[in-house]
Amino acid sequence: MRMKFLALAAVALLAACETAPKDANTGAASNSSSIRPGSQEDLAVNVGDRVFFGLDRYDLSPEARATLDRQAKWMQTYGSVTVTIEGHADERGTREYNLALGERRANSVKNYLAAKGVPANRVKVVSYGKEKPAVVGSTEAAWSQNRRGVTVVD
Amino acid sequence: MTTKTRLLLKLAGLTGALLLSFGVAAPQEARAELRIDITRGVVEPLPIAITSFAGSGGRDAQTGADIAKVISADLERSGLFRPLDPRGFLQTPEQLRTGDPRYQDWKALGAQALVAGNTTTGPDGRMKVDFRLWDIASAQYMQGLSYTAPPQEWRRIAHIVADAIYKRLTGEDGYFDTRIVYVAESGPSNARKKQLAIMDQDGENHQFLTDGQSLVLTPRFSPTTQEITYMSYFNKKPRVYLFNIDTGRQEVLGDFPGMTFAPRFSPDGNRVIMSMAQNGNTDIYTLDLRTRRQTQLTDSPGIDTAPSYSPDGQKIVFESDRGGSQQLYIMGADGSGVKRLSFGEGRYGTPVWSPRGDLIAFTRQRGSSFAVGVVRPDGSGERILSEGYHVEGPTWAPNGRVLMFFKDLPSGDGRGRNAKLYSIDITGANERRVITPLDASDPAWSPLIP
Repeated sequence: MRMKFLALAAVALLAACETAPKDANTGAASNSSSIRPGSQEDLAVNVGDRVFFGLDRYDLSPEARATLDRQAKWMQTYGSVTVTIEGHADERGTREYNLALGERRANSVKNYLAAKGVPANRVKVVSYGKEKPAVVGSTEAAWSQNRRGVTVVD
Repeated sequence: MTTKTRLLLKLAGLTGALLLSFGVAAPQEARAELRIDITRGVVEPLPIAITSFAGSGGRDAQTGADIAKVISADLERSGLFRPLDPRGFLQTPEQLRTGDPRYQDWKALGAQALVAGNTTTGPDGRMKVDFRLWDIASAQYMQGLSYTAPPQEWRRIAHIVADAIYKRLTGEDGYFDTRIVYVAESGPSNARKKQLAIMDQDGENHQFLTDGQSLVLTPRFSPTTQEITYMSYFNKKPRVYLFNIDTGRQEVLGDFPGMTFAPRFSPDGNRVIMSMAQNGNTDIYTLDLRTRRQTQLTDSPGIDTAPSYSPDGQKIVFESDRGGSQQLYIMGADGSGVKRLSFGEGRYGTPVWSPRGDLIAFTRQRGSSFAVGVVRPDGSGERILSEGYHVEGPTWAPNGRVLMFFKDLPSGDGRGRNAKLYSIDITGANERRVITPLDASDPAWSPLIP
């Protein structure tokens, strides 16, 4: 356990050295010293790792674009990070259609990040359709959380 | 099982071995033959007496009794037959083996048809099963057949006999000598473990084909029933795979740059048709299994998926949102001549062409209301068979009379969902749960086992 923690800390140091733009330590690790800059946790806590979609839609809302603006910046900060965008759908829809819809949503995110300067070779996409709900339940509250694109650090 | 099964199970029935000629009265055409009219909506099940297929003793007696039970259960489950309680039978299997039925006795019991059979083991260790079928009301012998197989195949023999009885009395092919491949589900709703599983249509001989390490979806049988095409997230790369049941070998199908999904075999088994999603666009492709050539069939900017061939291989029904919402379309096998099929209120998906060609099954969604239904290929005669939140994913029995689908219903504690398999007649009658060891979704019914 201890060894592992040390190893992680070393990676974090390396990552910080690699990037080192002038504002490398704003945003990133300032909120909590236990969060490693450039990690999934960093992205989720300090940037926002997911965007949400309307029913049967794959266009990006203003909130979603704001989140992705931050993600694009974060990706530029941590220039060696590669990510996979997971596209998801709520349970209302057939399995096949939701797989295709999740792929559309993931690509909406990827295309927006690309437009903001994140190279395509740092972003993969995968669709899980309705297979992996974030929130279990058959309510509008659950469904709205499940129609999502999640940026996952590889 | 499988290949071995196929090779060893030489059916005398296939060579026609018509067994016994006694009781066959010469000209019978004038008489109204015992026949279940299954074109009507709700049929009163036909009372049928099925006696033990007991042999002269020992293991044959037990197997013979078990065979009769499997036949009874098959026929009962079809909803078209009502097997009578054997405790009321007044003639023993031995008496029926050596003589005619006492028609008055069987009639008094309420039986309209009578089945008797026998099980013997030959000097080569092979099991011989024969059966005879009588029409009680008109006191005549209808049919006799004989089958030979290794003794461990007794269940298949029972299903084959049930298919023969079904066919003789309904005029339609049976569907009992078939298997189901499906996705077995377990674990919490937000991290379901999904495994391929296979079983006989009555739930027996159940086995898991994959270990659940990779998410798997939508398995479909090849026409020979020896291979399954399905989708797997192996290595987090969602692709269409081919699974060989005999060898357990799995291989990815094609070399596609994006996610491939929704696979099905062509009726001749030479191609797999599927969808490929790339850059937010989903189109339909075929992969020739011999040449490995990939052919793109659709190029609309929308989602084109869930393709299914007509039984003659000439047409393809699929779903597309090219018109603004998810609807059914039919096109030629080369992708030409696309015509919209569904015009009803709501969204339509997962079309599956009946093996008889006369109907297309689908999943319909109106808001949060789901239904499984059928429609003719010309778009007429749309009929909903089962509704609920939510039902999905129909598959056809090989005779085109029965559908299986799954219901993904809220679990008792309200914190998740439990998927279960159901079967239903195309009239909408006889909806029944299909029992599986775990939760179950995405069923696919095999053709009759060759």
